[in-house]
Amino acid sequence: MSVQPQDLVERALASASLPCVAWVTERTEANLRWANNALTTNGEMRSRRLTVTATAEVEGGTAAGTVGQEIATADEVSAVVSAAEQLARTGRPAEDAVPLVENYAYNDVWADPAETTSIEVLEELGKGLGVAFKRAEAARHLVYGFAEHVVETIYLGSSTGLRRRGVQPTGRLELNAKTVDLAASAWLGRTTRDFLDIDVAEAAEELSTRLGWASRKVELPPGRYETLLPPAAVADLMIYAYWTANARDAEEGRNVFAAGEGATKIGQRFAELPITLRSDPLYPGLETIPFVNFTSSLDETSWAFDGGLPINATTWIDRGVLRELIRNRGHAARTGSQPTPPPDNLIMDGDGTASLQEMISNTQRGLLLTCLWYIREVDPERLLLTGLTRDGVYLVENGEVVGAVNNFRFNESPIELLGRISEIGVAELTLCREWNDYFNRTIMPAIRVPDFNMSTVSQAS
Amino acid sequence: MTSTELSEPVDHAAQPDHYAAIMPHLDDSFVALPLQALSDAALSKATDLGCSHAEVRVERLRLAYRSFRDHALETSADSEVLGLSVRVVHNGVWGFAADITLSTDSAARLAERAVATAQVSQPLTSGSVELADEEIYRDATWVSAYEVNPFEVEEASKTGRLLELNEALLSAPGVNHANANLGYVHENKYFANLSGTSTTQQRVRIQAQLTAVNVGDHGFATTRTLAPPTGRGWEYLTGTGWDFDAEVAEIPELLAAQVAAPSVEAGHYDLVIHPSNLFLTIHESIGHATELDRALGYEAAYAGTSFATFDQLGKLQYGSGVMNITGDRLVDHGLATIGYDDEGVAQQQFDLISGGILVGYQLNRQMAAEKGFGRSNGCAYADSPGHIAMQRMPNVSLQPAADGATTEELISDVDHGIYIVGDKSWSIDMQRYNFQFTGQRFFKIDKGRLAGQLKDVAYQATTTDFWRSMEAVGNRDTYVLGGAFNCGKGQPGQIAPVSHGCPSALFRKVNVLNTQAEGGQ
Repeated sequence: MSVQPQDLVERALASASLPCVAWVTERTEANLRWANNALTTNGEMRSRRLTVTATAEVEGGTAAGTVGQEIATADEVSAVVSAAEQLARTGRPAEDAVPLVENYAYNDVWADPAETTSIEVLEELGKGLGVAFKRAEAARHLVYGFAEHVVETIYLGSSTGLRRRGVQPTGRLELNAKTVDLAASAWLGRTTRDFLDIDVAEAAEELSTRLGWASRKVELPPGRYETLLPPAAVADLMIYAYWTANARDAEEGRNVFAAGEGATKIGQRFAELPITLRSDPLYPGLETIPFVNFTSSLDETSWAFDGGLPINATTWIDRGVLRELIRNRGHAARTGSQPTPPPDNLIMDGDGTASLQEMISNTQRGLLLTCLWYIREVDPERLLLTGLTRDGVYLVENGEVVGAVNNFRFNESPIELLGRISEIGVAELTLCREWNDYFNRTIMPAIRVPDFNMSTVSQAS
Repeated sequence: MTSTELSEPVDHAAQPDHYAAIMPHLDDSFVALPLQALSDAALSKATDLGCSHAEVRVERLRLAYRSFRDHALETSADSEVLGLSVRVVHNGVWGFAADITLSTDSAARLAERAVATAQVSQPLTSGSVELADEEIYRDATWVSAYEVNPFEVEEASKTGRLLELNEALLSAPGVNHANANLGYVHENKYFANLSGTSTTQQRVRIQAQLTAVNVGDHGFATTRTLAPPTGRGWEYLTGTGWDFDAEVAEIPELLAAQVAAPSVEAGHYDLVIHPSNLFLTIHESIGHATELDRALGYEAAYAGTSFATFDQLGKLQYGSGVMNITGDRLVDHGLATIGYDDEGVAQQQFDLISGGILVGYQLNRQMAAEKGFGRSNGCAYADSPGHIAMQRMPNVSLQPAADGATTEELISDVDHGIYIVGDKSWSIDMQRYNFQFTGQRFFKIDKGRLAGQLKDVAYQATTTDFWRSMEAVGNRDTYVLGGAFNCGKGQPGQIAPVSHGCPSALFRKVNVLNTQAEGGQ
């Protein structure tokens, strides 16, 4: 790969005959996976992808076409551009069509090389895991998990003059320990930018403590329980709400944020507590690429005409009141509002200061969860979600964990939950459990819900 | 089809004659790649570095996605992935590396990097990798059963067809919005290993869905087409294998009935479940539960394990006596169908559950050797050149009864129940015990007859309770091959296309929830 990614972008723009945005994603990644106290798979991968969105005037309006392709040589660039232009020319007019983003001021250093990673980033982790495996065997525990480090460098250019560069390191560690009879399980996750802040021994010790909590088993029936949801569980629920926050869907009456007759719930109070939900691409520790380098977001908003658009900090819920939803420039122009491209992070805060341990100490009788799993939408009108508890549900009595409880299936809406939270803990850096393949950067608090709906019992352990 | 007929693995890699008339040829531009030279460079380097096993995979995936919102095309995106990977066993430890540069230098470098990953992994490894034997297939080729490659159809025809169907929905009373999406994939794989196998294969698959939305004082309601994703080409949208026009014509009336339907009363009901819903229950509660890597704990920290543990093989009463489940990689138009898997194992059909008893698992070569199966049943798959091959689901299907009932006859056997059609929401726990499913449409059954739609229905059960409550399966005429493009598993995450065939089936006394009564108070 002697040709530089910046040159590929320039070559793409030079070969284009239509307005277009072109970006190269340089990606390197390394991973280790283990189960039953032994490695199962590993890998080191490298790729370079060129994505081109071209726009064309067609009968009735403007169409867009996007083509992405792994490319190994500069000779392949023009074919990608041609394919995108052909897709645009043969396309249909888009309702969200707007002129491409004009150039604006930014501080990126276009000429800087791509940043990378390699399997060696995980070498110290591997040594630590080797020690953890031996200790687990001695304790009759089994350790499972996954570690991954991905570094992407994006070079985005446009026919309107944009030349933006962004670097996104993403690391995650998931560590799961079980007793050798598989009757008890504990989990923790860490999000990291470089793996230098990962302490495997400390993490393994925490899991060992939790497996100790499971030495006493308590069977409980389905029902509504006072429940402490730790930050990882809260993250998975709030991420789903974030992925649903499509402004156009709300205005058309077809999501939980709809208020009917074209109105949305913006301005409505969702919580009496001062809960704030926001995203900020520059938030320290959660930095994420601050310009649009995607053509659709997980709420299904199209960003085909918005490549390179700055992504700014947005407060979605401000001290309990819904303030904003996700919309692209085209929809914003039609509705007289501002575009709100979604940053790839989510921060929830409620002015809480209590640690999870302090919240446990203040619990007369309740459940303490570890994380949630297999979360799916049951009723989009209320955003009713179902899912399972996983890797440790604990009974808390008189301020102490007194045993492990069976798992449950829950049916709850994160939007309705916001209004029923009775206590919010301190917000902290968190790796969610279910969605960490797609969403890695969150800061979340633990919450107390007085009547969390455990709909049925799961026999899974 | 009885279980006895399916008890022995059967190779079907040689394609029947009737394919010859319609079978497209391997794509020239893929065959023109320096496949042999790349393979030679990587495998010889792996040999030089002392690897006991090495395999090379060159893969090209072409993917297209179109989405439509009301009268407009919203997303038009094509993508292509072309790359090379090398997997080795070095000193008894797996190593893997992948790149996109298709040069012999790059191939040799990947062999070196794969060995490097094996070396980093050495401290984490206790046992030594062994692989089950497999016959050698030299220069084998295979192409799936499709007629028209969607990538070779004019763009205007494709978008026009979907917009035509969307407009048909929008023109109907009670439909306020309509969404459509279209996805299709053209996949080429080249595989070679140190033993001498080399295969070149090609598959095409397609999916189209249309959803109608009603918005009113009640809030909003949706229903969508049931056309399953399939291993066919563009002919699927023009009348071969599915009649989209006929289905779209029925949607508005079904949606209106849903809007007006009463809310279900929670309780236990007899259920007649149509294949368009049951395929997903099979996928979640049988397909994943009979993956041996899950049963052995390899997925314990992510996708989960299985209640169907290895010690129960041949003993577990999974379901009732009418339950016969097969795995295969050979059924026509199956999404998991392929000539040879990503470890060079030829396609087969095999039993997973016979007469309600667990009799088999899905295997790859390492697990087949580890657990003494003798031979893999061909379930290794990687979703892209940059990902490692792992054990993935074949087509897993519930067999119909030769003398089985029609769907109407199954319904006539129910006094108080619900007929469920189409999949919607699904969730199951990490050992595949507790599941909860909803659907597209629910029809009340009253004294053996359908009596209008219900809404707010979810059925919830424990897997073995549910399958043991299956009193009857329908006949071959009720059988439909359903499926999904997007089965997720593994870390790094991989998605796999997979099909599930099944007849209509009757279940007794299943727990039904009213979803309006769930959640906040």
